[in-house]
Amino acid sequence: MSRTLFAKVWDAHIVEQLPEGPALLYVDLHLVHEVTSPQAFEGLRRAGRQVRRPALTVATVDHNVPTGERRAPITDPIAARQLDALAANAAEFGLELFDLESPQQGIVHVIGPELGLTQPGMVIVCGDSHTATHGAFGALALGIGTSEVEHVLATQCLVCARPATMEAHVTGSLADGVTAKDLILALIGRIGTAGATGHVIEYTGTAIRALSMEERMTVCNMSIEGGARAGLDASGVEPQVTWGTSPGMVTPVTGRVPSPGDFPTEAERRAVARALEYMGLAPGTSLEGLPVDRVFLGSCTNARIEDLRAAARVVRGDGRRHVAPGVRAMVVPGSQQVKAQAEREGLDRVFLEAGFEWRNSGCSMCLGMNADMLQSGERCASTSNRNFEGRQGRGGRTHLMSPPMAAAAALAGRIVDIRSWAPAAS
Amino acid sequence: MMEPYVRHTGRLAALPRANVDTDQIVPKQFLKRVERTGFGPALFHDWRFRADGSLDPEFELNVPAARGASILLTLENFGCGSSREHAVWALREYGFRAILAPSFADIFFANCCQNGLVPVRLLAQEIAELFRRHRAAGGEYRLTVDLEEQRVDDGLGFRTAFAMEPYRREMLLSGLDEIGRTLLAEDRIRAYERTRGGGRGRRKGDRW
Repeated sequence: MSRTLFAKVWDAHIVEQLPEGPALLYVDLHLVHEVTSPQAFEGLRRAGRQVRRPALTVATVDHNVPTGERRAPITDPIAARQLDALAANAAEFGLELFDLESPQQGIVHVIGPELGLTQPGMVIVCGDSHTATHGAFGALALGIGTSEVEHVLATQCLVCARPATMEAHVTGSLADGVTAKDLILALIGRIGTAGATGHVIEYTGTAIRALSMEERMTVCNMSIEGGARAGLDASGVEPQVTWGTSPGMVTPVTGRVPSPGDFPTEAERRAVARALEYMGLAPGTSLEGLPVDRVFLGSCTNARIEDLRAAARVVRGDGRRHVAPGVRAMVVPGSQQVKAQAEREGLDRVFLEAGFEWRNSGCSMCLGMNADMLQSGERCASTSNRNFEGRQGRGGRTHLMSPPMAAAAALAGRIVDIRSWAPAAS
Repeated sequence: MMEPYVRHTGRLAALPRANVDTDQIVPKQFLKRVERTGFGPALFHDWRFRADGSLDPEFELNVPAARGASILLTLENFGCGSSREHAVWALREYGFRAILAPSFADIFFANCCQNGLVPVRLLAQEIAELFRRHRAAGGEYRLTVDLEEQRVDDGLGFRTAFAMEPYRREMLLSGLDEIGRTLLAEDRIRAYERTRGGGRGRRKGDRW
């Protein structure tokens, strides 16, 4: 049998096979951000160690940066301290840093590919679970913890047990109104959030081959949220909306909120009951028509130029559409370069004229480390990747969906089925 | 560096929830610290404390029998989601030395082993039995998690073995400095860099 792509990349990066099992793997690109790195740099300093390959180590600020006016001082002193720490560490250890003033600043998983840092066949690591995004390019991309960040900084290597591989084979093709986001949500919904533990997923099949690079990034990005060996026919996938507090708690937009009684085990029934209570949803409620308070178009999952174009197409519609009364909708481009590109195409005006906020890039309300947060009880249509309790703000209720679905929810003030809702401009 | 772990006997706290994500273990508002310490009070913050800051008496770790617990019993896929090692620092600082579950998320598992927190995978029926014994004892239930012998024992008849990768086990038993160990392979790393380059070959700023 021929080797998988994973096996080829893995084998080409083995520095040493350790006798106890794991391999010492060489890392080609180490992406660094402000939240998971300060303790690693402090560890280097205390041990008197250097960064081994500064040229292969690239830093940016994304997790807690404000997305409003860039020139204004940062009002959160603790966030500012973390940003300052990264700047000082980058200077001390000789690393390239894309800071708030940089036109290349952006979410780490958006700028890696954008700047050409991400290349096929590489081993790429970052202290962030969504590093899997770079897998779209045929790189082996691993999210790591801060101790491992320190290890890679010092040695340019990672100690890693060889994971198993699994194939997600997706046949058919996506219907109109159905996106890569729906594909990956449907896959996670089918196989659960833990099936891929200990595995690297390789996506294959006609539906995957037909995806653009940006769409492949969306699929790979959410590999961390679930996965298992699975076959799927893309032509059967409908627009997806999550109803619970884990990405696997998902249903087609035409579906209804399930009842705890629908699930086989006591643990699942408890988890579902808890999720429904948190989400303020009764079993049997239809997802379509559910009113939303907030809309977030952003994140490393869905804030690249194609995502913004797809959302803008929905907004442009017949030219008279506006964000529904009482709804606050924000667009947070994945990088300053995505933002600039969108502005060259006039997408900013489309969003602004329709009543969306047009902001600077960062992780923003995907995880609410900056000021962009939900208030308790607010319901949000979000293009991000995690609907965990409190993820977008304590008590906030997140429904994950695609960019066109989120844009339509902003205009309608409720969750709608993009396929049947107000046809696009003729 | 890291505190070695050989064996530990302590009180069990039961958290019968599946897919506990690291956003729950340490909510994002606590991730802005630049130190490895100070995360204990943040542990399970939004579950432990109500919005007004008072303790939620219904949360599993707030029941009187869970006070001083150092072993956590929980359900599958513990530690999923974000890679934040802060979650492990918080569990350690709060006082936990071992976690028993049917499965753990990969990055969380690796982070535990870097910090002297022993993640023990047991069979689902063994975990269920431990929940039963914990309940039957009214929450007053102690266990020994012996990493050297790779055994969990309550001294009352529950006794089982668990698996741990030899490399991880060695690291935990000795409190190993993994970086120091890797740097012993300097010749190998250098040889790799000479023959394969790493990255896209030799780059400006490289010192080798």
